[in-house]
Amino acid sequence: MITNKPNSEAVSRFATQLQEAPAEVEGRSLWQDARRRFMHNKAAMISLITLSVIILLCLFGSQLGDFTYDDIDWNAMQIAPDTASGHFFGTDSLGRDLFVRTLVGGQISLMVGVLGALVAIVIGTLYGAMAGFIGGRTDSFMMRTLEILNSFPFMFFVILLVTFFGRNIMLIFIAIGAVSWLDMARIVRGQTLSLKSKEFIEAAHVCGVSTWAIITRHIVPNVLGIVVVYATLLVPSMILFESFLSYLGLGVQEPMTSWGALLNEGSKTMEVAPWQLLFPAGFLVTTLFCFNFVGDGLRDALDPKDR
Amino acid sequence: MLKFVFKRLIEAIPTLLVLILVSFVLMHAAPGSPFTGERSLPPEILANIEAKYGLDQPLYVQFFHYLGGLLQGDLGPSFKYKDFSVNELVGQSFPVSAEIGLWAFLTAVVLGVLFGVVAALKQNTWVDYGVMSLAMTGVVIPSFVLAPLLVLIFAVHLRWLPAGGWNGGEWMYMLLPVLAMAAHYISSIARIMRGSMIEIMHSNFIRTARAKGLPAGYIIWRHALKPALLPVISYLGPAFVGIITGSVVIETIFGLPGIGQLFVNGSLNRDYSMVLGITVLIGALTIMFNAIVDIMYAYIDPKIRY
Repeated sequence: MITNKPNSEAVSRFATQLQEAPAEVEGRSLWQDARRRFMHNKAAMISLITLSVIILLCLFGSQLGDFTYDDIDWNAMQIAPDTASGHFFGTDSLGRDLFVRTLVGGQISLMVGVLGALVAIVIGTLYGAMAGFIGGRTDSFMMRTLEILNSFPFMFFVILLVTFFGRNIMLIFIAIGAVSWLDMARIVRGQTLSLKSKEFIEAAHVCGVSTWAIITRHIVPNVLGIVVVYATLLVPSMILFESFLSYLGLGVQEPMTSWGALLNEGSKTMEVAPWQLLFPAGFLVTTLFCFNFVGDGLRDALDPKDR
Repeated sequence: MLKFVFKRLIEAIPTLLVLILVSFVLMHAAPGSPFTGERSLPPEILANIEAKYGLDQPLYVQFFHYLGGLLQGDLGPSFKYKDFSVNELVGQSFPVSAEIGLWAFLTAVVLGVLFGVVAALKQNTWVDYGVMSLAMTGVVIPSFVLAPLLVLIFAVHLRWLPAGGWNGGEWMYMLLPVLAMAAHYISSIARIMRGSMIEIMHSNFIRTARAKGLPAGYIIWRHALKPALLPVISYLGPAFVGIITGSVVIETIFGLPGIGQLFVNGSLNRDYSMVLGITVLIGALTIMFNAIVDIMYAYIDPKIRY
């Protein structure tokens, strides 16, 4: 041992200092940092609160009305919104309460949005991480496949699927999720390529960790930031996707409804009953706005260039 | 350059084949046949009909038959409109969609670039904020919300424009559909253009041009515009797909006799050959357009040479 006496003394002093060091000095993690910055972003915070209100309303608000979504009020067909009759948003042409229908439709739209985004993210992240990490011929094959898929007109494809296999909300989830993971995969692959040569990955290799474990334990957690940002931007596009299908009459089936289906009904009767269009449209557009602002806020908060 | 163009066009072929194969297989994997209606046909007649459309042959024979038809530009007979072939139906409605789509696309590019440049040059003034909040709204509001709202305002209340119909392509009838279709892309392009324009205006070669004393308009036109357009060009592919897809909904709303409406009706009627034919046609268009965008990109950006 080359360690001489003064050195070992210094080391032991440092060790005791470490043990006695006050617990308050804590490092700030990436996520704590991001949270602080996100809280300072007014537009994002307001959007987040609005969004939470909308989500809570959709989940529990339908209990507030006196009606269920498929109740027909024979005395009140297509009446304008008023509080006296209990139809806060009016009724549709079949006498069903629009307030409850909007909220129930919101449940479906939000559920499709979140689940669709989830499917897209799981597939996209794993695919991108795998392609980027394995590299070589596998990578170029996987990316080539991606390019081919990317040049498909997907909306037509989904309509094709829905036509051939019947209208089914589960099918819509899967169809939407399965076709929207392409961008996600490309983003994650780019991130993975830059992570791949980092020391901690090399260390994991040296320790004999399997490829799959490296991808799931080391690569994926490190690309999570960008995945979260992309996810919040993906949810509104999923909601749009579903509304689009429902608008064409290819989405959810009556008497169940979604914002797109309501908009479709509303646009048919807008000359005599504009509230049928305006309330669902208001909810849909507000939700889309909020998701976009939250996504932008998260991107600003998590962007490492912006330290 | 010529070699790159050639290579890019060759590469499009397998993509197209995969698209055709997948759509074809999906169509045949679908449960039920297009001829099972409310009245079930006697098995002998069903067999006859299937023989007429070649549905009794093995799948791969049918596929090569279909492919052979496609090569000659034949999309096959329509299963629902008995007296028409898919070609005839598509031939009637395609020009309508193409006209609307083309105008929407041009409007989106011209106005989007214009707004983006103006916002960038007036950065952080009320002009910039105004244009950008308008663009944010345009990005978020989907076309199937915007279109009924436009109809409600301009057709129902103000009575300036017709609420729908085609009427041989009179401009009055095209204005609202084109606007509803283009709004989202005007906004997206304006946002992209603003970002890239601001970046370019702060770069060294623009400072040099300024230092030489060139007039501002000349700098923007000759030096800044071309590099600033690159991100917009790479957005043109997705925008094209989006406008084609959007046409499905816009045509339904405005009652235009275009290909989108044909597609929706076809899928609601389970007219398989029609749906398949249109998917293949749109797919081919998309793939071709993506190739053209790539070639354009390589032509404009001197850094890309293959």
